[in-house]
Amino acid sequence: MVEAHLVEARLRAHIPDVTHLEVKDLTGTKDHYEAVIVSPAFEGKSRVDQQRLVFTALGELMDGPIHALTFKTYTPERWAALAG
Amino acid sequence: MDDATRERIQTLVDTHPVLLFMKGNRLFPRCGFSATVVEVLKRSGVDFEVIDVLTDPEIRQGIKEFTNWPTIPQLYVQGKFVGGCDIVRDLYENGELDEVLAPVKNG
Repeated sequence: MVEAHLVEARLRAHIPDVTHLEVKDLTGTKDHYEAVIVSPAFEGKSRVDQQRLVFTALGELMDGPIHALTFKTYTPERWAALAG
Repeated sequence: MDDATRERIQTLVDTHPVLLFMKGNRLFPRCGFSATVVEVLKRSGVDFEVIDVLTDPEIRQGIKEFTNWPTIPQLYVQGKFVGGCDIVRDLYENGELDEVLAPVKNG
């Protein structure tokens, strides 16, 4: 288990220039999370490398505290286009 | 991870053109994400092999190190890591999975 705000803080601390972040506890048990992460750091990276950036940011949280994580990564341009 | 496990994993990914490391098996997936990838692969009409990591603790831990990827399921095509559930679903929804699977599609 880990608190949502700690997941958010970890992501903001380890992924540069996060412009938009959503972290949702899917089950209320603080171990199944859904996230949306927007940062220019994803620019030019493959899907696998984008997600690895997130897993690296979360580090040991992925080795127990977080059981399940589903997330989407966007560059600010793609996020704006979606919202547009 | 010991060398024996690393070799076992290497052999598995080299042997099976489409290989899914998952929780459970294709008839009884034991996690939603694994079930989603099985469903996507079935719809893509490709033959695929499944490894139920719940029955093999060495592989369950070893594959995370092998791929440098902390979660299960993990999809391999022609020995190359494609992604977990989020990525496979994203590829499928964007019509790009067929491209990835084209080299191994039968007929």
